[in-house]
Amino acid sequence: MTTDTINESLDDAHNDDHHDHKMTGIKRWLYTTNHKDIGTLYLWFSFIMLLTGGALAMVIRVELFQPGLQIVEPDFFNQLTTVHGLIMVFGAIMPAFTGFANWMIPMMIGAPDMALPRMNNWSFWILPFAFAILIGSFFMESGAPNFGWTFYAPLSTTYSNGSTAFFVFAVHIMGISSIMGAINIVVTIMNLRTPGMTYMKMPLFVWTFFITAYLLIAVMPVLAGVVTMLLTDTYFGTSFFDAAGGGDPVMFQHIFWFFGHPEVYIMILPAFGIVSTIIPAFARKKLFGYSSMVYATASIALLSFIVWAHHMFTTGMPLFGELFFMYCTMLIAVPTGVKVFNWVATMWRGSLTFEIPMLFSIAFVILFTIGGFSGLMLALTPVDFQYHDTYFVVAHFHYVLVTGSLFSIYAGAYYWLPKWTGYMYNDSLAKWHFWCSLISVNLLFFPMHFLGLAGMPRRIPDYALQFADFNKWVSIGGFAFGLSQLIFLAVVIKCIKGGDKAAAKPWDGAEGLEWTVASPAPYHTFSTPPKVD
Amino acid sequence: MSEGTEQKTDKPNNSKVIKKLVLVVFAMFGFGFALVPLYDVFCDITGLNGKTNDVAVAYADDGIDTSRTVKVQFITRMAKGIPWQFEPVINEVSVHPGEMKFVNFYAKNDSQRDIIGQAVPSVSPGLAAGYFQKIECFCFTQQPLKGGEEVEMGLQFYVDLDLPAEISTLTLSYTLYDISDKVDS
Repeated sequence: MTTDTINESLDDAHNDDHHDHKMTGIKRWLYTTNHKDIGTLYLWFSFIMLLTGGALAMVIRVELFQPGLQIVEPDFFNQLTTVHGLIMVFGAIMPAFTGFANWMIPMMIGAPDMALPRMNNWSFWILPFAFAILIGSFFMESGAPNFGWTFYAPLSTTYSNGSTAFFVFAVHIMGISSIMGAINIVVTIMNLRTPGMTYMKMPLFVWTFFITAYLLIAVMPVLAGVVTMLLTDTYFGTSFFDAAGGGDPVMFQHIFWFFGHPEVYIMILPAFGIVSTIIPAFARKKLFGYSSMVYATASIALLSFIVWAHHMFTTGMPLFGELFFMYCTMLIAVPTGVKVFNWVATMWRGSLTFEIPMLFSIAFVILFTIGGFSGLMLALTPVDFQYHDTYFVVAHFHYVLVTGSLFSIYAGAYYWLPKWTGYMYNDSLAKWHFWCSLISVNLLFFPMHFLGLAGMPRRIPDYALQFADFNKWVSIGGFAFGLSQLIFLAVVIKCIKGGDKAAAKPWDGAEGLEWTVASPAPYHTFSTPPKVD
Repeated sequence: MSEGTEQKTDKPNNSKVIKKLVLVVFAMFGFGFALVPLYDVFCDITGLNGKTNDVAVAYADDGIDTSRTVKVQFITRMAKGIPWQFEPVINEVSVHPGEMKFVNFYAKNDSQRDIIGQAVPSVSPGLAAGYFQKIECFCFTQQPLKGGEEVEMGLQFYVDLDLPAEISTLTLSYTLYDISDKVDS
């Protein structure tokens, strides 16, 4: 903690508006240690990354609009799918959640700031460098990584196009950033809760980020390890994954997915937290089954460590291995089901109103559940042999990540925009954003289920003629969904510039300490810990 | 003032938590690497991934189970960039569990330069790998071949008497790699 903040908290006669030594211009953002500034940086960064990754997806959908090769070479197509995946996972979804954590956790637990403000600055500001390296590799002689976001060896070692080093360093930086962010979240939640706020009194939002941060601390180092092995295999003659030297390429998949499966929960648990905050506010009821929600989140996190090989059913595992991973995977449906039932039970006989955050949350509950069901289908070993590496998988993880994680991020953004900017967003524009997104996202991803069941493989720039009609609709849905996200940009910019003044608590059913401070939230909040009973 | 004292007690608290978390980070980084030997041990025990023994075993003369016949198929493939011919002399043999067999593989270096090859075996189905016992195999050693040189390489093996009853066909696959760069010669 800086001496500044200590002095400020000691001197509570001091007025909030005068003592913030806010620098001006770019320096304010470069040197900031304020959790709200850093949260804003994370959120803007992730939105820029969303548009960048989205632009790559648009090129993919143009290529797939018709059968045959149209505008890109197959190798460049591979680069597009790879970098699209990496940007969306590490650049859009994860930083967006870190942004929410930075903005909201201190305000929700009554803390003056994050526990480690200088590290906070550092963990954000190394991120742009990671993505500059990753995206910059498009302009290198080698081209960008083309081995899929899962970077399976030997595609990323023996058969790499020479981009492995850029890729590895970019991932290392992203990993360091995530780990620092996660440590900060854990320390903040453990040490800076306002007196009286016990663990089981924390908002569920805080709980989900707490558990997610632990997951990050546990698995990001494994990712760092596996990319380091890739690096030495490719450039320093080791043979971790090279059968010629006694290594094993399948082992790569085991280590990668040991990271990879907890990673998918890293991208969805915070979404559960956001939705669990918003649904009670607009149902005007307490969240149904708070403690069961906490335990469900924790059990999902624990189970995520023993299900990784369900990504690898077709690698020739022994039968007992396939059965073990199949049953463990299906077990995850139990705590996830608890959550879905709790959200529905919260809405049951509530006085529902359908403001934009609630619309996105309800869409989340329904569409995420569809993604969950297709996940259950994929968990079944015998049928996974048919679905593996088809568009069914693409449909599944886009339902959980786009209509799941991304929709929850939008829900949260609309919910807290009045608190962040001090103004209400333009409701009709926001409705356009929601309905356009909802319709186009389903046009985009739902037909992919059928394409996959019919056998269309993923990551291929061309397809058989019988898939042409569906792909055309999917592409149209894709373009519409991409354009719809620009409406959100317009909503946010308008909201920052002005609009109806937001009250300290613009949602009458909302609960939590963040609504006890003014809108927009003052630069420094809770210099004196608030009382919680 | 109560928060003043709280701030003071918070500081050492923070560093205690941070130390623990950083320790976890390093432990998990190490765990990623520990998975490499753990995976090998696990594969040795279970035969996962069809890894066979990489040192010669002695022939266990426990008799021959003539009531069963197991088909053993041989396939070979060349890794990228090795200019050799490499194929089994016979593609398939039938053996009784416990019976010792000797088969030959033919290899020829089609290029003008000297190349050191290394054949890496794998058995399918993977669970059978632990029951496929190699008494002598060219895959235990490196194969240096001069430009244009050819050689017949021997494999002596038996199938364990305990081979699970449901397995009636074994496929032994060899992949041949050019390891000239990796060997200091």
